[in-house]
Order: sequence, then C-alpha cells, then structure tokens
Amino acid sequence: MSLINPGFGLIIWMTIAFLIVLFVLKKYAWKPIMNALKEREDSIEESLRAADRAKEDMKALKLDNEKLLHEAKDERDAILRDARKIKAKIIEEAKEAADKEADNIVESAKERIENEKKAALVEIKNTIATYSIEIAEKILREELKDKKKQEDYIKNLLKETSLN
Amino acid sequence: MGLLLLFVFFIPSSFFGQHEEEVHLMTGKEHQEVEEEEFKAGEMIIEHITDAYEWHLITVGDHHYSIYLPVILYDEGEWHVFMSSKFHHGHDTYMGYFISKNDMNSGKIVKLDGNGNEIRPTLDISFTKNVLAILMVMILMIVVFISIAKSYEKRKDHAPKGLQSFMEPLILFIRDDVAKASIGEKRYERYVPFLLTIFFFILFNNLLGIVPFFPGGANITGNIGVTGVLAVFVFIITTVSGNKNYWTHIINAPGVPWWLKLPIPLMPIVEIMGLFTKPFVLMVRLFANISAGHIIILGFISLIFIFGKMSLGLGYGVSVVSVGFSIFMNFLELLVAFIQAYVFTLLSALYFGMATEEAHH
Repeated sequence: MSLINPGFGLIIWMTIAFLIVLFVLKKYAWKPIMNALKEREDSIEESLRAADRAKEDMKALKLDNEKLLHEAKDERDAILRDARKIKAKIIEEAKEAADKEADNIVESAKERIENEKKAALVEIKNTIATYSIEIAEKILREELKDKKKQEDYIKNLLKETSLN
Repeated sequence: MGLLLLFVFFIPSSFFGQHEEEVHLMTGKEHQEVEEEEFKAGEMIIEHITDAYEWHLITVGDHHYSIYLPVILYDEGEWHVFMSSKFHHGHDTYMGYFISKNDMNSGKIVKLDGNGNEIRPTLDISFTKNVLAILMVMILMIVVFISIAKSYEKRKDHAPKGLQSFMEPLILFIRDDVAKASIGEKRYERYVPFLLTIFFFILFNNLLGIVPFFPGGANITGNIGVTGVLAVFVFIITTVSGNKNYWTHIINAPGVPWWLKLPIPLMPIVEIMGLFTKPFVLMVRLFANISAGHIIILGFISLIFIFGKMSLGLGYGVSVVSVGFSIFMNFLELLVAFIQAYVFTLLSALYFGMATEEAHH
C-alpha cells in the first residue's frame, strides 16, 4: 500500500518546512498578533471600566446636585420664613410706635385743651368778677345815696358778722 | 528521536487493516470491472492522492503538461540529482531508476536488485509535488499572517479590517476555546503559537487539497508522512512539557488497585502505550479523513469513465449523478477541512493540558 508508506524525503522536507513556518510565524506573526489582541482587550476592558466609573460619578454628581438643590430650596424657604417673620415684627413694632405716638399726641392735645379751657374759665371768671364788681359798685352807689339806708345796711352787716 | 518514533508508528501495519481493506475493496472492485479496459480507476485514484515527482497540470490530447521537479537520491555512496522529466511521466528508466507500479512502492523511485526485486534507493529526498505544495502553503501562511500582524500593529486598538477580520475569529477561537479551555488560564500562552500554526497549516492544506487543479490538488494532509510529522511534534511537545504529576499518573497512577501494578505492571504498560497511541491516532485520523474524502470524490468521477467505456450514453447519464454526488462530497470536504483542523488542534491542546495539569488533591 503506497498510501501508507510515507516517503522519507517528504518527512524530512515537511519537518524542515514546518519548523521554519513555526518559528517565523511565532516570531513575526503570532507574537505581535497576540500582543495586539491582548492590548486591545485590555484597552476595551479599561474603557468599559472607565465608562462604569463615569456612570457612577455621574450618579453621585446627580445625587449631589439634587442634595444641593434641596438645600438651596430649604435655605430659600428659611429665608422667606425669616423675612416674613421680620416683616410682621416690623409692622407690629411700627404699629405699636404709631399707637403710642398717637396716644401721646391725643394726650397732649387733651392737656392743652384742658389748659385752654381752664385759662378760658379763669378769664371768664375774672371778666364776670370785674363785671360783677362794677355792677355791685353801681348798685351800691345807687343804694347808699341816703344816710339812713347806709346805716341800716351797716347795722345789718354787723349783726350778721357778730353772729359769726 | 522524533524520526525514530515516527518509524515506530509505522511498524504495526495491522493497525491499518481497516483502511487497507476499504481501499483494497474499492480499488479491487474497480480493477475487476475495468481489467480489460485501459482506464484503471484504482490506479488513477492512488496516483492522485499520493506524492509524485512531477506536478501534472493538464493533459491536452496526448500531451501531458507537468511541472517537473528535481529528484535527489543518495544511493550506494553517490548523490544523484536530476529532473523528473527524465522518467517521461513514469514510462522510462533513467540510470537504472524508474517509478514503481508495484503495490507498496507504487509512485516511488525504485531500482531492480540482482534478483529482479524492486528496491528503494538508500535515501530519496526528492523535491516532490507535496514538498512544493508544502512550500507554497508555507509561503502563503507567512505572507498572510505577517501581513495580518502588520495590520494589527498599524491599526492598534482599532476594530479589525479585511483579511484581519476574517482571521481574527479563528485566531481568537483557537486561543480562547481551544488553548485556554484545554490547557488552562495559567499555562496556555506557551502553546498558542504552535496550536495556531498547526491549525492554519492543516486548514490551508485541507482547503487547497479540495481545489482540483494547480496550486491546489496536492493531497498534503492526506499524506501519512505529513500527518506523522505533525503528530511527532505534538508527541515531543507533550513529552517535554510533561510535569511530575503527568509522569506519576503514567507510571504509578493513584487510585488504581495495587494488583494492576504488581507483579505485572498492567496499568503502566497501558499508560505508556497510550503515550504513543495518542499521537498515532492523531496521525491516522487526519490522514484517513482527508484521503477518504478524496478517494470518494475520485471514485465518483471514475464512475463516469467506467460507464462511458461501456457505452457513451450511459457515461453521460452517470455523469449527472456522479457530478451531483461529487459536489455534495466537496461541500462535505469543506466542512471536514475545518473539522479535522479543529479536531487535530483541540486534541493536541488536550494532550498539552494533560501533560501540564497540576495535581489536585
């Protein structure tokens, strides 16, 4: 069977050829290819990991932003609340001050009115007294024209006085 | 040592019994059918799938066009180098040498000894058809893979392109699913270059072997010498990289009853035989698969001529069926080309994996 009777020459040539192919390809083909594949795989891996990290960062950033927003909102609310409180207080105080001022004004006005009134009354009294004295003088002069009448009157007065 | 082992593989020829019978049956039957005819299918088939001293390209009318290759012989202390054209397609004798038609040596250069027996020259390292084909595949592989390596360097960290993207899945497949899976994460890298080389060497040769005309047509992976060399490489690498655990398993396999080792070392004998049968099976599997495919296709084609000799109409009729079957077989061979390259590489990787496996307690 020539089919299973290998030629010695072919074996020799095959061994030489295969060794050459093996070493040439190992050095100039498989090594760079394997290195390139490995590098590429590493870089893909690295990129994926970086993307994951970026995603995580984004999530954290978003969370931070939300927190910040919340804080800002809270702060705004607090400021508004304070402002409202202050406003109310100011209004209250102003009201109080105004009330006091008004009271004071009214008080002093009343006082002045009272004083004026008193002064007016005194003046009226004085005027009335003057008029009364004048009238009494005139009456007295009329009454005490004759002697007899003067004496009667003095007697009367004395009587009243001694009684006291 | 490698060559010695190779010859050890060839000694138990009874191992070939099955294949021999198959081929005998096929060629024998056709011999009977066409004994009287000029066309001998068996001879034609064997001629096509064995090595030759010239590369026959085409026959136009009565004229054969061939690439003549140099014959290099060393015999009786003398070197003889001449072109194979001296044999005139095997019809002539040159310096006492001629191409044998005898069964065992058919297609090889022989001479007659004193008793009229055909004997081979001491050394026949002729640059044959298969050597030329191997050389072409070798150049093809070097060109293809170095250009791919260049494009990897040029387009670093980019997606593959062109030929590179065609080969990359295969390279990755061998690296990840063959080497890494069989040898293990830690040690696979050392073996990847060898595995890639044998995978693509077998694949390229298988594919070129299907092409029926030059530069294809040489049956390289269907040549037992070539598959034998590949198997010897696998054997040498397995043996050299075998660690303590591997040899312990062979000589004193743990977990095996003592009476299988003493007084007759049955298990060690079986294990040591296993060392040789593994590469031997690699050699025969690839050789038999590829040769069988070629034999079947050539058989179908031969049928056309056999029936054509009986009657022209019958020949035309049979040709339709034969060509149909041949096309089917060619597709099957295309599949087989990939499968056998894969199987050879996978089994080699498994043997390397077994040799380097750490003991697990």
